[in-house]
Amino acid sequence: MAPAKKRNVKPEKSQKGVKTAKMDPNSCVERILESRKHANDVFDLLELLQSEDEKVLISAMSACTTLFCTLLERKELFTGKLHPEDEALIGGFTAEEKCQIFMRHRYNSCVEMLLEQLSHEEFNVKENALCCLIKCATAQGRHPLEDLDWSEHYSFPRELIQAVVENLVSKTTDNSLLISRFQQFLEMEDLRFYVMSSIRESVGQVMEKNKGALMPVYQNNVFTLMTNINMPSQESELTSFMVQQEAKHNDWKAAKLTEHKRVFERMWLGFLKYKLPSNMYKKILVILHDSILPHMSKPTLMIDFLTAAYDVGGAISLLALNGLFILIHQHNLEYPDFYQKLYNLLEPSVFHVKYRARFFHLANIFLSSSHLPVYLVAAFAKRLARLALTAPPTALLIVLPFIYNLIRRHPACRVLIHRPSAERELIKDPYLMDEEDPAMCHALDSSLWELKTLQNHYHPDVAKAAMLINTPLSGQEDDINEVLEITTHEMMERDLKHSQKKSVPLEFETATQLLKGGGNVLGQHFCLN
Amino acid sequence: MGKVQKKKSLADKVRKTKTSTEIKNNPFEVKINRKKFEVLGQKIKHDVGLPGVSRSKAIKKRKDTLLKEYKQKNKSNKFIDRRFGEYDTKMAPEDKILQRFAMERQRGHDKKDVYNLNEEEELTHYGQSLAEMEKFTDAGNSDDETEEKGLLSAELTASHFGGGGGLLRKKGPGDQEEEGGQRTKSRQELIEELIQKSKQEKRERQVKKEEAQELTEKLDQEWKSIQALMVKKTPKDADAEKTEEKPKVEEYDMMVRELGFEMKAQPSEKLKTPEELAREETEKLQKLEVHLTLISTLILSPTLPLIITVCVCVCVCVCACCGQADRLRRMMGDEGRDSSQHQVHMSADDLNDGFILDKHDKKTLAYEDGKWNIEDESEGGQDEDEAESGEDQETDAEEEEDDDEDGKEESAEEEGEGSIEKEDDDGHSDLDSEEEESENEEENEDDDVVSVPKPKKKSVTKEEQEAAKAELPYTFTAPENYNCLKNLLNCHTPDNQRLIVARMQKSNHPSLAVGNKLKLQNLLGFLLEYVGELATRNPPDLLTVDKLIPELYTLCQMFPEAARQALQSIMGDVAHSMEEVIEVNGHAPFPTLDMLIYLKVIALLFPTSDFRHPVTTPALLFIGQALTKCPVRSLQDLTSGLVLCCLAVEYVSLSKRFLPELINFLFGTLHLAVQDKTSLGYSVVPPFRRSGKHCDLLVVSDSESISSWSRKSLPLSACKHLELEEDRDRDQHRLTCLSTCLDLVKRCCLLYKELTSFTHIFQPIRVLLSKHLSSQTLPDSLQELQSEIVEMISSAPAAHRVLVFDKKKPIPLKLLTPKIVEVLDYGKKRGSSREEREQERLKHKYKKEFKGALREIRKDSRFLAREKLSEVMNRDAERKRKVRELFGSLATQEGEWKALKRRKRK
Repeated sequence: MAPAKKRNVKPEKSQKGVKTAKMDPNSCVERILESRKHANDVFDLLELLQSEDEKVLISAMSACTTLFCTLLERKELFTGKLHPEDEALIGGFTAEEKCQIFMRHRYNSCVEMLLEQLSHEEFNVKENALCCLIKCATAQGRHPLEDLDWSEHYSFPRELIQAVVENLVSKTTDNSLLISRFQQFLEMEDLRFYVMSSIRESVGQVMEKNKGALMPVYQNNVFTLMTNINMPSQESELTSFMVQQEAKHNDWKAAKLTEHKRVFERMWLGFLKYKLPSNMYKKILVILHDSILPHMSKPTLMIDFLTAAYDVGGAISLLALNGLFILIHQHNLEYPDFYQKLYNLLEPSVFHVKYRARFFHLANIFLSSSHLPVYLVAAFAKRLARLALTAPPTALLIVLPFIYNLIRRHPACRVLIHRPSAERELIKDPYLMDEEDPAMCHALDSSLWELKTLQNHYHPDVAKAAMLINTPLSGQEDDINEVLEITTHEMMERDLKHSQKKSVPLEFETATQLLKGGGNVLGQHFCLN
Repeated sequence: MGKVQKKKSLADKVRKTKTSTEIKNNPFEVKINRKKFEVLGQKIKHDVGLPGVSRSKAIKKRKDTLLKEYKQKNKSNKFIDRRFGEYDTKMAPEDKILQRFAMERQRGHDKKDVYNLNEEEELTHYGQSLAEMEKFTDAGNSDDETEEKGLLSAELTASHFGGGGGLLRKKGPGDQEEEGGQRTKSRQELIEELIQKSKQEKRERQVKKEEAQELTEKLDQEWKSIQALMVKKTPKDADAEKTEEKPKVEEYDMMVRELGFEMKAQPSEKLKTPEELAREETEKLQKLEVHLTLISTLILSPTLPLIITVCVCVCVCVCACCGQADRLRRMMGDEGRDSSQHQVHMSADDLNDGFILDKHDKKTLAYEDGKWNIEDESEGGQDEDEAESGEDQETDAEEEEDDDEDGKEESAEEEGEGSIEKEDDDGHSDLDSEEEESENEEENEDDDVVSVPKPKKKSVTKEEQEAAKAELPYTFTAPENYNCLKNLLNCHTPDNQRLIVARMQKSNHPSLAVGNKLKLQNLLGFLLEYVGELATRNPPDLLTVDKLIPELYTLCQMFPEAARQALQSIMGDVAHSMEEVIEVNGHAPFPTLDMLIYLKVIALLFPTSDFRHPVTTPALLFIGQALTKCPVRSLQDLTSGLVLCCLAVEYVSLSKRFLPELINFLFGTLHLAVQDKTSLGYSVVPPFRRSGKHCDLLVVSDSESISSWSRKSLPLSACKHLELEEDRDRDQHRLTCLSTCLDLVKRCCLLYKELTSFTHIFQPIRVLLSKHLSSQTLPDSLQELQSEIVEMISSAPAAHRVLVFDKKKPIPLKLLTPKIVEVLDYGKKRGSSREEREQERLKHKYKKEFKGALREIRKDSRFLAREKLSEVMNRDAERKRKVRELFGSLATQEGEWKALKRRKRK
């Protein structure tokens, strides 16, 4: 049942607030609980909930929570379908029932006000409101206000949680802090279950209303909330519940992992259905493979999303690779022209993006198959070598062993670095860089002259690595994973720490002026002042 | 005697061998160790033993050693005979006596000789007796020639043929007859004879020389008498006469004599070690300092009061002093050159400044406190009252003008009125080249000429200023910390800063004192820090950096390790912070000017062409990273980037190593100049983007500026601070950047021409230049450059030889060489590894030795016991014998007594 739409705090009363503001909310609670005589003090308490003062507000919140939780426990709140207050007064209820109806209405307005406070500026207030709401929800779950039997949700206060979620994923303010606070409650299985379904509903409604246009703040909130959901991996892990159902617990949806997964999946799909900002695209793709796909009941449903992402190009494609890999590898996804697309992903920027390590890790896995055609492998090797001409040394330390590994796995590719049949011939490089189809690019007819060039690279490690093509490659594959994460600074440190023993060679030519020396390039283009 | 000895020993040997063979052949002596198996080719040492011989040997040895020891036991004194050769049987007694005598003599001689002045020992010089030389001091060498010409004396021949020693002379005819009798003569006589002969010879020589001298003197006198007549004759005639007079001297003789007179490898002035040089240098500097202070005190005291009243008097004084100071300065060599130039034209009015460097006279040290011109103020106050009003503004303006001289001008301000007008010139003179300085000084001279009569403060103060700057102390202590150095250098001109550092370095040379090495190493670090600070100033003071470079270089040469550490830590820090920024943002701002300067300094100090170098390799990496990770967002960034590119080109100019980042950056820079970015036909590499916010940075906005553009070098400070308000200026800057970029591209083309992938590397640049830039209007020079580059790229050979592995040596067949097992003493030992085997062997050896030693000890004790026993037995036997004797005598006594008794009875 939705909270009452109409607030029943009377305006006259609230004007008296100045006086009542001073009174202690806790004593007020005690009085109300003592006897029904003081029931009207509830209004004062609710009034405090709108106070400007932070402290008062917080204490009022906790007071309200204790009050209503106690009332719930005492079953002094009306259960069943609630009539509007006016009707209730007229209708044929007993005095007892009337009182309960009255209190029930107060409870509803209290919850409403707490929900409102979730968008307060102060984080303290927000946090307190959230905690109070959860407490209320817990109490309500234990002492349901509805009749049980006909609900598939059993005694879980679904409406309340949905309201909380809707307030959390605000459209205007970034609630990431509050959401991360909320994460601790998400440990509870049933709560998580209902939060997920509420998210799905909320996203559906909101995005539909907005006709699928971008809503960065809202989507960001939703994304934060969704990423904070930690799914259990086994049924047996479903232990902590907010509301324990006495009867038929095992039939409850929230107690089944498959149901959890289904809801989780529906939530994500619902979210991904709509247009996303590009940076969120990247964020989702980054976490997709290890925190989303494994928890879906049917991961193959992600195919559409991933193929779309793979076709976007650039960094997003690189990131989509990971998810695709899992689908191909574990879920038998057939992806036509996968290698051609991978081949076309190789651009100079591959060596400069943040996800370089991940990309090469995956590419290494994709190309480790020994059933690949030789032309394809050669095309990859050649293209990588060509691109290496623009790569920074850290990338070169990855690419060179990568190429060597390709050649080792596919001995037929050895012609790229060793073609004794045409030893004396002078040939132009037949490789076509612009050709999109690896089958047509003539990579097999070419040689890796680029590596020859890199033997003159300025960094000794790179030059040494490139020197390896002068001799037959060793049988052992190089382990790329060691160098994947290397940074320039680490390379620098190696030199800075290195060679402490040997004496330092010094410049032979005497330095006389700042700009002289070294071919005088600087001096020709720049002056001192 | 040696022969006799030999014979003896030989005989001994013969006898001994004989006996041993005898024994060996005696079947009763020989014990044969029977072998179980016969192994072919095996040599066994111990197949035959001589137990008797070895036993007797052992016993004999024990007798010699153990027994002696035993007998010496418990005896504290020992008699050692140290007489020479007493126990040497091989020496003849005669020899022994002779040797002993000689030794005796020597012993006495050694001790006495030290103080014995009357000893008959001749002092020599060049092998000639000093006494003789004293006697014939006048005998000129020149006359010797004439005297000895044509003489083929026995001596001469002797010296020519067969090296003149006593041997030949002995065989002369006189000696030969004696030879017969000589044999009979004893040694003693022989020696005496020898001495006599030498003395005689000596006397003869003396006499000869005296005669010769007399003759020459006579000749001289005669010559003098003739000389008057000779004057009329032409010198040529005289020469002719001379040649006639002398029968021609044999060339050979001449040569020999010349050789004789040639100086025999005289010790030249010693080559000085660097340490010595350094010490000398500091000594010189210290001496100069002392001199200067002395002079100044001497002269200042009388002149100061006089300045006001008597100018002329001062003039004289000063001239004299200037001369001296100047000379002293010139002594310093090149370091002093600058300062001496300041002093060359010093006029009368300079009086004060030349000698301001007086430590006691505190007011004079202008660069320290700048309050030394009290006199001038009193004097100049009246004259310059009017000027005072305008001065303040003037000084302000000046300060803005030349920042380097901040410190100096501050001091000048303190000095007050007198100096202000000249500061302008001052600043220039110090900043500019020496020529200008001299010009300035010439001006001063002119001034002097004109103004000598009237007292003028202008030139006085001006000179003071200059002098104050020029006059630096000669010695500096090394700074303790960075701030010390900074304070010391701060208020000096770049030239002087260099001078200070140079002097500091000289006066703290590591060879002079123990801690100096550390001090100079610190100084190096501080200097580097200072360079960085100079570069971070606003505006950067790069002139000073420029001046300090040679000092840095020399210091670096002295302490490569310290330089390496300092630069590595600087670079490590900067790179680390850059890495952090990159991790957070994905990109970083361009390195600041000081880092650029450091990179340049690194290139100057260390070889950039090394394959791997602890400093330059990280530096190159840093440059590469900066070029890939720093996005260009303004013209200023672009300038920094171009500086980095220049540095990169310099770094690889020698080694021609490939730097992809450099090409990428230059390509990206060119891309910035492309106007139409719609259909590119190439892809740019990060940090540049295909199109976006800062992608039109180099597009010239106004085509007019293209025609007015002229190439100028960019200031380095543009990396730090670039103010271009007008579009026009900005265009100029753009074009300059573009030209720099194109030039660098050209250089890269030249550098990388040899690379196999040259065309592929430069392909995008070629497309860009030929398709996009060429269609844009650019200055002619740039167009030209551009077409040159395109030409160069397209003319490179595209065809290459296919890659093939290096030919490797064929692996030789496996040869079946026998496995050689090392057989060490005590046989081969088991054990897998070498160490184990060795250990086994040692264990075995130890065991054997231990057993052997035990056996020996047992034998020793047995031997000793036997000896003791025999001793006891001997003693007992002796006692028995004595007792028996006694008994015998007693018996005889009794017998006699009984016989006597019997006789009596009878």
